[in-house]
Amino acid sequence: MKPYTSKYSSIVDFSSPALKRHNMLRHFKDKLARWGVAVGGVGVIVAILLIFLYLLYEVVPLFRSASIDSVATYSLPASSAEKNLYFAMEEQAEIGLKLDSNGQATFFKTNTGSVIHTETIPIPEGASITSLAEADPATHVLALAFSNGQVVVFKHEYDIQFADDNQRTISPKISYPYGKEYISLAEGASFSHLALRDTDEALIIAGSGKDAFVVKAINKEENFLSGEVTLTEQLLSVPKLPGKINGLLIDPEQRWIFAALENDHLAILDIKDKDKPIINAVLDVTEDGSSLTSMHFLLGGISLLLGDSSGHINQWFFVRSETNEWQLKKIRGFQLGQSAIVSIAPEHRRKGFVAADAQGNIGIFYTTAQRTLIKQSITDKSVAGIAISPRANALLVENQQGEVSYWDVNNTHPEVSWSALWDKVWYESYSEPKYIWQSSAATNDFEPKLSLMPLSFGTLKAAFYAMLLAAPLAICGAIYTAYFMAPVMRRKVKPVIELMEALPTVILGFLAGLWLAPFIENTLAGIFVLLLFMPIGMLLFAYIWAQLPGSIRHRVPDGWQAAILIPVVLFISWISLQLSVPIENLLFDGDIRHWINEATGLDYDQRNALVVGLAMGFAVIPTIFSIAEDAIFSVPKHLTYGSLALGATPWQTLTRVVLLTASPGIFSALMIGLGRAVGETMIVLMATGNTPIMDANIFEGMRTLAANIAVEMPESEVGSSHYRVLFLAALVLFLFTFIVNTLAELIRHRLRKRYSSL
Amino acid sequence: MRIGLKNWYKSGEPWVWLNAGAVAISIIMVVGLLTLIAIRGLGHFWPADVIQANYIVPGQESKVIAGEVVESEEVAVQRLLDAGLPVSAEQSEFLERQLIKVGNRDVYGSDFQWILPAFLQGPELPKNIMVVERREWGNFYGFLKEVREGDQAILVDKPLWDTFQQRIARAEGIHDAIYEIEKHQIGRINASLERLRLKERRLELESTLTNAAQAELQLERAELQQEYKQLEQRLGELYQQFNQDHFVAETVDGRQVTLSIGSVVRAYQPNAMSLLGKIAHYGDKVWEFVADDPREANTEGGIFPAIFGTVMMVILMSVIVTPFGVIAAVYLREYAHQGVVTRMIRIAVNNLAGVPSIVYGVFGLGFFVYFMGSAVDEAFFPEALPAPTLGTPGLLWASITLALLTLPVVIVATEEGLSRIPRSVREGSLALGATKAETLWRVVLPMASPAMMTGLILAVARAAGEVAPLMLVGVVKLAPSLPLDGNYPYLHLDQKFMHLGFHIYDVGFQSPNVEAARPLVYATALLLVVVIAILNLSAVAIRNHLREKYKALEV
Repeated sequence: MKPYTSKYSSIVDFSSPALKRHNMLRHFKDKLARWGVAVGGVGVIVAILLIFLYLLYEVVPLFRSASIDSVATYSLPASSAEKNLYFAMEEQAEIGLKLDSNGQATFFKTNTGSVIHTETIPIPEGASITSLAEADPATHVLALAFSNGQVVVFKHEYDIQFADDNQRTISPKISYPYGKEYISLAEGASFSHLALRDTDEALIIAGSGKDAFVVKAINKEENFLSGEVTLTEQLLSVPKLPGKINGLLIDPEQRWIFAALENDHLAILDIKDKDKPIINAVLDVTEDGSSLTSMHFLLGGISLLLGDSSGHINQWFFVRSETNEWQLKKIRGFQLGQSAIVSIAPEHRRKGFVAADAQGNIGIFYTTAQRTLIKQSITDKSVAGIAISPRANALLVENQQGEVSYWDVNNTHPEVSWSALWDKVWYESYSEPKYIWQSSAATNDFEPKLSLMPLSFGTLKAAFYAMLLAAPLAICGAIYTAYFMAPVMRRKVKPVIELMEALPTVILGFLAGLWLAPFIENTLAGIFVLLLFMPIGMLLFAYIWAQLPGSIRHRVPDGWQAAILIPVVLFISWISLQLSVPIENLLFDGDIRHWINEATGLDYDQRNALVVGLAMGFAVIPTIFSIAEDAIFSVPKHLTYGSLALGATPWQTLTRVVLLTASPGIFSALMIGLGRAVGETMIVLMATGNTPIMDANIFEGMRTLAANIAVEMPESEVGSSHYRVLFLAALVLFLFTFIVNTLAELIRHRLRKRYSSL
Repeated sequence: MRIGLKNWYKSGEPWVWLNAGAVAISIIMVVGLLTLIAIRGLGHFWPADVIQANYIVPGQESKVIAGEVVESEEVAVQRLLDAGLPVSAEQSEFLERQLIKVGNRDVYGSDFQWILPAFLQGPELPKNIMVVERREWGNFYGFLKEVREGDQAILVDKPLWDTFQQRIARAEGIHDAIYEIEKHQIGRINASLERLRLKERRLELESTLTNAAQAELQLERAELQQEYKQLEQRLGELYQQFNQDHFVAETVDGRQVTLSIGSVVRAYQPNAMSLLGKIAHYGDKVWEFVADDPREANTEGGIFPAIFGTVMMVILMSVIVTPFGVIAAVYLREYAHQGVVTRMIRIAVNNLAGVPSIVYGVFGLGFFVYFMGSAVDEAFFPEALPAPTLGTPGLLWASITLALLTLPVVIVATEEGLSRIPRSVREGSLALGATKAETLWRVVLPMASPAMMTGLILAVARAAGEVAPLMLVGVVKLAPSLPLDGNYPYLHLDQKFMHLGFHIYDVGFQSPNVEAARPLVYATALLLVVVIAILNLSAVAIRNHLREKYKALEV
C-alpha cells in the first residue's frame, strides 16, 4: 500500500494498519450501537403497545359467537323402531344415555355410538310406558308413568374409577332412590304427561291423562334423633283446569305447577298450601296463529322457556306486581327459525339453553345477555331429541330417523353482550329491568349480573366530585402563581405542589377513610359553613386590607397576598368548624344527617362521595395546577405588556388576554386531571363503601371500575367470563385515559406552536 | 386613602385575592396533611402517662380504671343521652369524651374504652403503675406484685422492679436464641429438604433416578433429619428455660394474674420515668418500629419486612427500568427520524404515564404472571408442578410490572435531559472525528446523566408509593420470610413480599383491631411520606442544578 505523503506524514500516519483496524472497530461499534439502540428502543415501544394488545386479546373471546363441530354420526342399534323418551350425557360427555319407549336405557360411547351397557326399567305386568318426567337435569332423577296409573322413580348414575395408570373408567347404572316399588298415582289411569320434583322436604308428582289430573306429594319427615326418614303420601285436591293438558312442570320451590293446555294457554297452579291448591292464572302464551310446542325450565327453575310452532322461544318468569302478587310475565324472546320448536335443553350451569326445531335447525341461546350464539342446520329431518353435556361443551342430537350425531360445542363466554354490559337487563326475580353489578354468589344456579353501568357511573361520580373541588382551586391557584405571585414565593410554592403530586394515594385514601370520613360525619354542618364562609371571609379581609393605610400595606411586597391569606384561611376554617355544633343545634335539630334524611330523603354513608371528592380532589389538584400554571406562565410577555400599556388593569389583562391565549392549555390540564381522577384506585377503595349503586347523592358511596378490579381480580377464576369482563373494565379505563390524554396532549402541542409563532 | 366598594370591585382586586386564596388553601392542605401524619405518627412512640381513677357513672357500679388517654372529642349531649348515659342536658350542649386505652385484653375483653371525664373521680398518676408490652394480647396495665422462678417467689434485697427487668432481659436473650434456631437454622434445613425433593422429582422426570442417586439423596436427607433432631432437642431445652419465670401482677380493679415473663417484650413505669428515660424509651420504640418483625397480626411491633420488601422491589425495578428507559429515550431523541411517527410515539409514551396504575396491575397479572409465568414454569421448573414457581404473583413480576409503569417517567425525563444538551456540543464532538456512538457514550450521556438520575428518582418515588397494581401481582399482608436470605438461591424472586403502602391499606382497613393499629398506620404512613418526600426533593434539586449547568453552556 502506498504510504500517505505529506509534510506531516512523518508525524501521524492515518492509514497504518493498526489505525485502520482501530477505525474499522470504531465504525463497527458505531453500527452496533445504532442497531442496538434501535432494537432496544423499538422493543420498548412495542412492549408498551403490548399492553393494549394483550388487554384486547383477553377481551375479544367475550364477544365471539359459539361454534359447533360434528365429531361423529351413527345409529344406535335398538333405536330405529322405538321412540326416544330421554336423552342425556354425563359430566365428561363420554357416555350418552338414551331411554326408549320400551323402558330400555342404553348407555353408549358418545364419540363412536358403541353400546357399553343396557338396562331395562321393570314395567308392571300388562302395562306399557305412557310418559316420562325429569326432575332437574343436574340431579339425574327421572320418573316413568305406566298405563296402569303407576309411577317409578329412578336415577342414572356414573361411577368413576381410576386404574393404576391413571386411566379413567366410567361405569353407568340405573338406581332407584325410592326403591323399585311402584308408586300408585291413580288406580288405572293412564297418564300421557307427567311432572316430578324432588327436594329434601317432599317428592311431588303430577300426572295428567285423558280425563284425570292428579298431583301427589310424598312428604319426607326426618327424625332428628335417628335420622330416619318417614314418608307420608298426600293426594292434592286440584281444581279442574280449563282444557286438556299437553305438558306439565313443577318448579323447584314446589309451589307452582305449570300446565300447558291444548288451546295454547298456560295454566298456573299455586300449591303452596297443599291442602288447597288454587289456580293463579291462565295465560295466553303464544302469539297469533302459533301454538305452544315445547316447555322447559331454565337452570334454577325460576324461568320458563316456551317454544312455539313458529320458531319462537320465549322466557317467562314470575314478577312481583305492585299489589304484591306474583304474575308470570314474558321477559324476552328468541327466534330460531320458522318451524316448530320441538326440543329445548337448558345448560346445567349457566342460564343458557339449546333449542331444536322440526326442520333440523338447532340454536344456542343465552337468556340474560339476550344472545343468539349460533343457529345452524344440522340435519334435514326433524330433531327427535337433544342433550347437552353438564359442562356445555358437547351436544347429542337425534333426528326422526334415529341418526345420532355428536358435536363439540365451543361456547365459553355466552354471558356477555353489549346489552348485558351497558343496557338495563331484566334479571330473574327482579320487578323491572335494572343496571346491576353482582358478579358472583354462593349458589350454583346464580345469574351473574355484569352490567358495567353502575361501575362507570360510580367512576364518573367520583371523578365529578373530585373535579368540583380540584378544578376551581387548581386553576385559580395556577392563575395566581403564574401571573401575580412574586418570583421568590413562586420558587417556594412549586416544590410544595410537586410534593403534593408525589404523595402516595394510599396515604390519601387511608387518611380519607380513617380520619376525614369520621371528621366530616361529626362536623358536616361546619364543612358547609366553611364552603360558604371561605370566599366571603377572604373577600372581606381583602377589602379591609385595601382600606388600611399605605404604610402597612406597602410593607408586604406585591405578589405575596397568598402568604398573608394563610393565617386568614386558618382562622376562617377554625371559626367555621367551631360553629359546626351550634349551627347543627340551631338549624338542624342537633343532627344534620338525620335532618338531611328527613328533609330530602337522602341516605348518609360515613364513607361517601364528599369524602372521595375531597381526597381525590387533593390528588388531582397538583396535576391540573402544574399544567395550567405552565400554560399561563408561558403566554408571551409582550402580549401582557401591550395590554397593560394600553391602560388595562392587571385583572383585565389576565381575563381578556392571558386566559384567552392560555385557555386550550387550561382545558388540557382539566382533561388530564379528569383522566387521573377516573383511574384512581386506592383512594376510592379506602374512602367509599364500594357498593355498586347508581345514585348521584353526594352522601352515598360508589364503586368505580378501578376499585372493582382491585377488589375482584384476585378472586376471579383465570379465563372465566368474570375475569375477562374485569379485563374489559381495564381496557375501558385504558382507552378512556389514553384518548383523553392524547387529546389534551395534542391541544397543548398546538398551543405551544402558536406561542412560538407569536 | 379609602377605596369605595365599587371602585375596588372594578379594579379586579377581589378576584386576585380569591385566586391567592386558592394557593393559600392548597398550601395549607399539603402542610396540614403532612403535619397531621407527623404528629400522629411520631406521637405514638412517646410513653404516655397512665392515669388511674374511679369511674363512677351515676346509677351504675363504680369501677377503677387505668390507662392512657388516646383521643378526646366533643360530643353532643343528645347523642350521649341516646346512648343511655345519664348526663344532664342543662349545663352545656356538648361534653368531652375520651378514648382510654385500658389494655389487658385477656382480662377485660377489649383494649379501649370510651369514658366521660366528667364522671372520673380523683384521677391520679401512680408512680408504680407499669405498662407491660406483651407478645400476645396487647398491653398490660397494673402493679407488679411478685416475680417467680418456677413456683418459687424470688426474694432478694434488691428492688422487685430491678429483678423483673433482669428476668425480662434474660428471657429476651433466650427468645433471640430460639428465633435464630427457628427462623434461620430450621429454615435452612427445610429449604434443603425441599431442594432435595425437587431434585428427586427432576431426576424422576428425566428418568435418570437410579438407585445410586436415590441412595445418595436418602443419605443427605438422613443427615439433615439428624441435624433437625438435634436442633429440636436444643429448642426444647431453650423453651423450658424460657418459660421458667413468671410474674404476678394486679390490675387496678384488684384482679391478680400470673403471666409468663417470656411473653413480655418490655415493661416500663411511664409515670416514674424522667425526661431522659422517656427519650431513651422513645428511641427504643422507634428502633423497634423500623427494625423488628410485626406482632399480633401487624398491629404491634415493627415493619421491617415491609421496608425490606419495598426496598427490594424498588431496587429490582430500577435495575430493569433504567437501561430500557434510557435506550428508548436515546433512540427517540438521537437515532429515530424526527417525523410524525416519532412525535406520535412520544405523545403515546407521555400518555402512558397517565394510564391508571391498576391497568398495569391487570396487565401484569394476566400477561406476566399467568401467561409468561406458567410458560417459564413448564420450561424450567417442571419438577415443582403442579405447584407454581413463577406462575404465581411474586417479587419478580411485581418489579417488572412497576418497571413498565415507571418506564414513561424515565423516558420522558431522559429525553428532556437529552434535548437540553446544546447541539454545539454534539457537533463539536462529531467534528473532531468521533463516531456517533462515541459522541453519545463520551459526551451526550455523561451530560444527560443527572437527567437520568432525576427520572430514576421520580420513578422510584412513584414505585414506592404505588399499591393498586401490587395488590394483584405479588404483595401480601404477611410474608413468612424475606425475599433475600441465607438459603440457596439467596434471592427468592418467586416469593411474595410485604410493602409499606399495602401495609397501610391492610392494617388500616382489613385489620380486626383497627383502633389499636391506627397509630402504627400513621407511623408507617409517615415513614413512607418521608422517604418519598426526600426522593422527590432531591430530584427537584438535581433538576435545578442541571438547569443552571446548561444555562452556562448555552452562553
